[in-house]
Parts: sequence; structure tokens; C-alpha cells
Amino acid sequence: MNMNDVILRTATKVITFIILTFSLYMFFAGHNNPGGGFIGGLITASALVLLYLSFDLESMKKVLPVNYIAMTAIGLLIAVATGMGSFLFGAPFLSHAFGYYDLPLFGEKTELATAVLFDLGVYLTVVGITMTIILAIGEDQT
Amino acid sequence: MSWLHLIVLAPFLATVLIPVIHKVSPKLHIGWAVLLLPVVLLISLLSQIGAVSKHQVVEETMPWIPSYGLSFDVYLDGLSMLFALLITGIGTLVVLYSIYYLDKHKERLQAFYVYLLLFMGAMLGVVLSDNLMLLYLFWEATSLASFLLIAYWTHREKSRYGAQKSMLITVFGGMAMLAGFILLYVMGGTFSIRGLVEQASQLAADPLFVPAMLLVLLGAFTKSAQFPFHIWLPDAMEAPTPVSAYLHSATMVKAGLYLVARMTPIFAGQAEWFWLVAGFGLLTLLWGSFSAVKQTDLKSILAFSTISQLGLIMSLLGVGSLAVLYDAADERLFYAAVLAAVFHLFNHATFKGALFMVAGIVDHETGTRDIRKLGGLMSLMPVTFTVAVVGGLSMAGLPPFNGFLSKEMFFTGMLKVLAADIFALETWGILFPVIAVIASIFTFVYSLMLIMRTFLGKLQPEKLEKKPHEAPIGMLISPIVLASLVLLVGFYPNLVAYSLLEPAVSAILPSLLAPGDHFEAHISFWHGWNTELYMTIGVIAVGLLLVLTLRRWISLYDQLPQRLTLNRLYDGMLVGLQKGSSKGTDLYMTGSLRTYLVYILMFFILVIGGSIVGHRPTLDMSGNAPVAAYELLLALILAGSAVAIVLVSSRMSAILATGAVGYMVSLYFVILRAPDLALTQLVVETVSVALFLLCFYHLPKLRRDMNRVRFQSANFVIAIGVGAIITFLTLAVQGVRPFASISDYFLDNSYKEAGGDNVVNVILVDFRGFDTMLEILVLGIASIGIYALIKLRMTGGESREHE
Repeated sequence: MNMNDVILRTATKVITFIILTFSLYMFFAGHNNPGGGFIGGLITASALVLLYLSFDLESMKKVLPVNYIAMTAIGLLIAVATGMGSFLFGAPFLSHAFGYYDLPLFGEKTELATAVLFDLGVYLTVVGITMTIILAIGEDQT
Repeated sequence: MSWLHLIVLAPFLATVLIPVIHKVSPKLHIGWAVLLLPVVLLISLLSQIGAVSKHQVVEETMPWIPSYGLSFDVYLDGLSMLFALLITGIGTLVVLYSIYYLDKHKERLQAFYVYLLLFMGAMLGVVLSDNLMLLYLFWEATSLASFLLIAYWTHREKSRYGAQKSMLITVFGGMAMLAGFILLYVMGGTFSIRGLVEQASQLAADPLFVPAMLLVLLGAFTKSAQFPFHIWLPDAMEAPTPVSAYLHSATMVKAGLYLVARMTPIFAGQAEWFWLVAGFGLLTLLWGSFSAVKQTDLKSILAFSTISQLGLIMSLLGVGSLAVLYDAADERLFYAAVLAAVFHLFNHATFKGALFMVAGIVDHETGTRDIRKLGGLMSLMPVTFTVAVVGGLSMAGLPPFNGFLSKEMFFTGMLKVLAADIFALETWGILFPVIAVIASIFTFVYSLMLIMRTFLGKLQPEKLEKKPHEAPIGMLISPIVLASLVLLVGFYPNLVAYSLLEPAVSAILPSLLAPGDHFEAHISFWHGWNTELYMTIGVIAVGLLLVLTLRRWISLYDQLPQRLTLNRLYDGMLVGLQKGSSKGTDLYMTGSLRTYLVYILMFFILVIGGSIVGHRPTLDMSGNAPVAAYELLLALILAGSAVAIVLVSSRMSAILATGAVGYMVSLYFVILRAPDLALTQLVVETVSVALFLLCFYHLPKLRRDMNRVRFQSANFVIAIGVGAIITFLTLAVQGVRPFASISDYFLDNSYKEAGGDNVVNVILVDFRGFDTMLEILVLGIASIGIYALIKLRMTGGESREHE
């Protein structure tokens, strides 16, 4: 993956941020519009893959020192924890709640749902898994 | 949760504290902290002994998995009490002994005591549970703890071998026992032992009754080291001596006896039960005592002796089961055998525990357990010698020790068989007392041999690793306590007769007692000049003669064929199993992904195609939407790219064509208004193309020697078959609607119940959130697997043998 492609690199620098923003939008929009943690995670992962493809692995490691296996674990823990959270309210495992609140900046009747927390776990797990697999295979040059 | 539940659970809970205690005071020998637990348990059990000896039963229940009828039911009756006292009592002594036996600096003490507590809890669970499934769970837990303890010195190959052997044999028996329990459940409709006992008479008529009995007995025989499953016990002697004293003589190996005793109310009175239990018991008794004589290792002698004594108790339980067949006038004849069984069980725990500890002391202070190197230790280790004499003579059945009493009662039990007039005992009954006498002679010989070859004779200091001297006082306390019990019970047997033994007998034979009644359990030394006494005198006379002439005939053992032993059979089976299964696996595991894909697809064709041919579903296309022109176009491109994958000769083009297939499918999702699916498919396709490119690096050049694709008819047929079946299925599904689709429910309730407009996402995170959680879990495991396969693989040259 040591390509010296100026056009790709320049374009990637801009496009990555667009993709990342879009993936975040997808993640939050998921409850009422197409999107969700799974798709959001995949889009984020594809943005990262693009970065890794256009710049080499070593420099990416310096820029993004993220342990993706830990990310997978954190995602799984968040998902399990949101599931267990319902025990605090005497509800069965993985019960979700939602409500509408008036929040500054977000406007009146903004919906807040615990399902988004669970989705965050899914999001992190998907990013972690995808990057773990791709990097493991990509780094393996033996 | 009651105190009885706590007694079972306390050892498990205590294991958690062990690392904490070690952190807080690293200088303390953890044994001292652990010692508190069995002491507390013992005292709390002893506080109940008054109630239990009046035949009151303590029972407690706690729901566990109510939907399967499983509950954590514990109860304490005479039989459970006897065992629970042995477990906690011997447990206390063994922990005390182990503090001096195991060096604080050299051994992994935390692991040792965790395993030991694990065992203690599991064993208490076995003897206190009423629920068969619970009993099975704890039963296997004792096997596991035993495995861990035998392999405690993991660097020794023999330890690992012994651990594996005991595990394989006892778990094999445990599985059989589980099957037996399930059969009992099928017949009786309950997992409760008392529930089954209540309907014992109906159960006997069931065709599953005998299979259930055989399976349960298999479990009991493997655990209690009955012939021919006894071979694991001598190898288990690789464990540290406190473990041998505790698990492999006093408690765990008696779990099988417990099971037989516990099941007696259900199975007793059947000819199969009698012959199997008494027959295998006698065979084990004879074989164990016969084999013990030729051993040269102290612990091996004790191991075979344990096997033989377990057989003795087993045979007594078998003979005792006859009691239920005779009416009140005769019953006294046979319940005496059960009384002898529980009495000997108790006595064996005391004298064998003491002897094991003596063997441990000798090993610890001289560095060897080989009786050919030992001798003359009497003057150097006077206390140990005294304990050994008390234990050894009790084992030999000499007065005034407790072993004499139970041995006399054993002879009585065997002689009573002559009076029985069923199960062809008129002809075969004579074998019982004859085998009993022969086995007792061998028992006498090895008991004396044990004492004489170790402590008498000439000291051979040049053969010993250390200069022998008396053990520290801490190590002597436990064997002295046990030896005093041997003497005390020998002189005053009625101390335990009514408080411990009689309640145990009435728990084994409840049907013989009217409410409020109890068995006559008076044990006395002198019965007058009766047959039993003559038998004992005969045993002593012949035994002494054999001991004195030991050197002349011991070489006869070498004449026995060495090739046909059970150990050889076991080893052969193990090797054969490994070879056979790897051969079998190699037959179809070729290592080529292509072959595996063929298996998967063939299976698919056979199963789905077969059921299509069998059911002949009709195609109903009337409800299908009309196919638009652009959809047709998409289909053509899709099919075209799919064909291209196979035909193109460069790998890059093949991957691009695969990508094209994926993108076409996502276009279909767009057309059919499934934006979520379309999005996912698009991104997945993109990421997987990137992944493919990465994998390029590792793949060999594609069809280096071939420019044209070779036509493979088998693959062609499979491909066509899969395609045709999928097409047919997709079309057929439209016509069949056996029940209403759940999608309407999701559409109706998505906003109402979960506050989300996007039904797909609501299903993912809320309605079917549990599925999603497990899916991401599986994905996580898969990614770790891939990571491990790539990062941790062995580089060339490293072999798997290198551990």
C-alpha cells in the first residue's frame, strides 16, 4: 500500500471528512430515517480504509493511534451495559425507553432514546471489527 | 437461601477470597485462612446431628430454573449427614496437614486451595442435593476439581497422564449417569430423588427401568473405581498426598457408594441390581487386594487397598438391597449388611486417611515411597510408626480397632447370603463368604507388609535422599487425630452407632421402617464363638503364614501376563481413538476451501432440493408485481457480471466483476424502496473490494499456467443446481403464506412502542435487539479469530510439539 498518488491523497483529505460527517449523520438519523449504527459504522470504516489506502500504514498509526480490538470490546460492553441498564428500572434485559424533550440548540420536542446508546455500541463494534480484520490482513506482509 | 444452601455454596464463595487474602498478607500460608472454612462447616453440621439422629430431615428449596422444573433443593438426612461430616471433618484435617506438607515458597498455594475448596463445595453439593440435575452438576464438578488437583504438579508427565485418565474415565461414567437420570425423569416425571423414591414401585415395571439402572451404576462404578474402571485410581496417586488422602480415599471415590446408597430405595429388590452391585463389589474387593500385594510404592499399595475396600462396601450395599425383599421377620438379616457398609465407610475414612498421611510423612521426610528402599524407620519416627500400626492393623481387621468390628460385620453380611433363597443364591451364594475370606487374607498381607517393610527391618540410609527424622508436630496432628478415632470407635463403637450410622441406614432403607421406628444398631465386640470369629482367626493364621513366606511366592506375580492388563487396553484405546479420529477427519478435511464449498453446496442441494422434490410445492405467480424493463436490464447486467467472474482470466477483473454484482443488487434495493439495505450493501461491497485487494498480496498468481478456464462438469452441475433451487425457492415463497407475516406488527408498533419511524433500525436495536447483540458478539469473536490466525501464527520451523 505504498502508492505515491498525489491526486488520491489530496482528494482523500477532503472526502474523508465528508464521509465521516455523513456517517455520523447516518448514525444519528437511524431512528427515524435510513441509517443506524450498523450502516454508520460501516461508512466510518470505509472512510478509514480510504485513509489507510492512500497514506501508508506507518504514518496512519501515528495519526490515529487507535486500538481497534479495544474499540470492539468497548462497543460490545456498551451494548451489554445498555441491555443491563434496564435492570435498574426493573425491566427485562434490553428494554428501551424514549421521550421527547425541549433542548437548546436541537429545538423543541427532540427525541432522546436509549436505543441510540445501544446503537452506539453496535457502531463502535462494527468499526472495530472491520478495521481489525482489514488491518490484520493489510499489515501481514510475511 | 438457607444455611444448608450456604454450606454448599460457602466453599465456592471462599475461593474468591483466596487471591484477596494472598494480596493482603502475602507472608501467611493461605492454608491457615482456608482452614477456618471446613471447621465452621463442620461445627454447623454437628449442631444438627441431634435432630438428624432422631430421623428429622432438614430440607430447603430455592428456585433455580423453574421453567425446566429445576430447583436448588437441598436436604440433610442420615446418609447426607454421614457424608457431609466426612467431607468437612476429613477436610479440616487434610487442610491442616497440607499446611505443613506444601511449602509456602515453592508451591502455587493459591491454585491448590482454590481447587481444594472447589472440590469441597462440589462434594457437599453431591451429597446434599435432592435434584438429580444438580447432583450431576456437582458430580462433574468433583471430577473437574480432581483433575486439577491430580495435575497440580503440571511439570510431571505422569501427573498429567493420571489427571487425563481419571478425567476421561469418570466423566465417561458421569455422562452415562446423566443419561440414566434423564431416563428416570422420563419414567417418573421429576428430577427430585425423594419424588422418585415415592413412586419406586411403579417405576420398576417400566421398560426403561433396567437401562436407567445400568447407566446410573456405570456412573457409580467409574467414580468409585470399581473393576474394570479402577485403573484411574492408582495413576491418580500422582496428586499431592493431602489430595490423595482427601479425594482419592475418604470422599470423592465414595461418591459412587453414595449414589448407590441413595438409589437403593429406587432400585433395591431387583435381581440385576443385586448381582451387579454385589458382584462387581466382590470382584473389585478381590482384585484390589490381590493387586495391592505386588505394589512397591506406598501410595500404590494404598490406592489398590482403597479400590478393594470400596469394593467391599459396594458388595455390602448389594447384599443389603436384599433386605427389602424379605418381610419384617427376616429383614434384620440383611439390613445388618447396610449397617456394616456405612460403618466400614466411616472406618475406612479414618484408618485410610491416617495411612495416607503416614505415607505422605514418610515421603516428605525420606524422599522416597518405595518400600524396597525403606525400612527401619520405627526408632527414627516413633509417632508416625504408632499411627501406621493403628491404621494398618485396623485395615487388616485386627481387634481392638474399628476395622475389626466392621470386618466382622462384613463377614456376617456375607454369611447371611447363604440364607437367601432367591436370585439363584442357593447355588452361587457360597461364593460370597469364600471371596470375602480370600480377599481378607490378601488385605491382611498387604497391611502387614506396609508396616513391616517401612518401619521394621534394616535402615538403608544410602538409598534415601534425605536423612530421615520425625515429622514436625503440625504434620502429625491430623494422623494422630484419625488414629485416635480408629481406637475410640474401636472401643466405643456405639458412640457413632445411633448418632450417625443408624440414621444413615434408615435413609438407605426407608421402606422397612414404620414412622417413629428405628433399626437395631448396637455394635458389640464379642459375639461368642461363631463362624465370623473362626473366619477372622483363619484369615489371621493364613495371612501370617503368607507374610512370613512372602519372599518365596511374591515372584509368582511376575508370571502373570503383562500384555493383557487393563492399562494397556486403556492406552491402546486412547491411541487408537486419536489415530482413528484423525484418519477419519483427514478423509474429508482436505485443507482446500474449494472442497469445503463443494460440501456446503452439495448439502444444500440435497436437503433443500430433496424437500422440494418431496413436497412438490406449486408456483403461484399471480400475486407478483409486473417486471419493468429497467429491472430486466439490471438482471441482465447482474447475470452478465456473474458469468464474467468465472470467465475472466485476471484476478483483478474477477474482483471488479464481483463488485459489479454487489452494486447491481444494491440498485435493486433502491428500486424496491429499501434504502437501509441499499446503503448497507453499497458500503459492504466497497469495503469488501478493498479487503479483496489486500488479500491479493497473499494469493498465488491466478491460474499461472492456464489462460483458458477449464470446464469442470461437476462444478457446473453444482452451480446450476444451487441456482435453480434458489430461483425456485424465491418464486415458491411468494405463493405460500401459511401464517400472517410479522411485518405488519412491526409497521404498526414501530412508532408507538419504540418511538422510531425507521422500522428496520427499530427492529435491529429494539424489537430484535438481542439478536443484534449476539450478532455483533459473533462478529467480534470472528475478528479476534482472524486477528489471532494472522498475528499469532507460527513461523516456519516451529513445530507444534514445542509447547
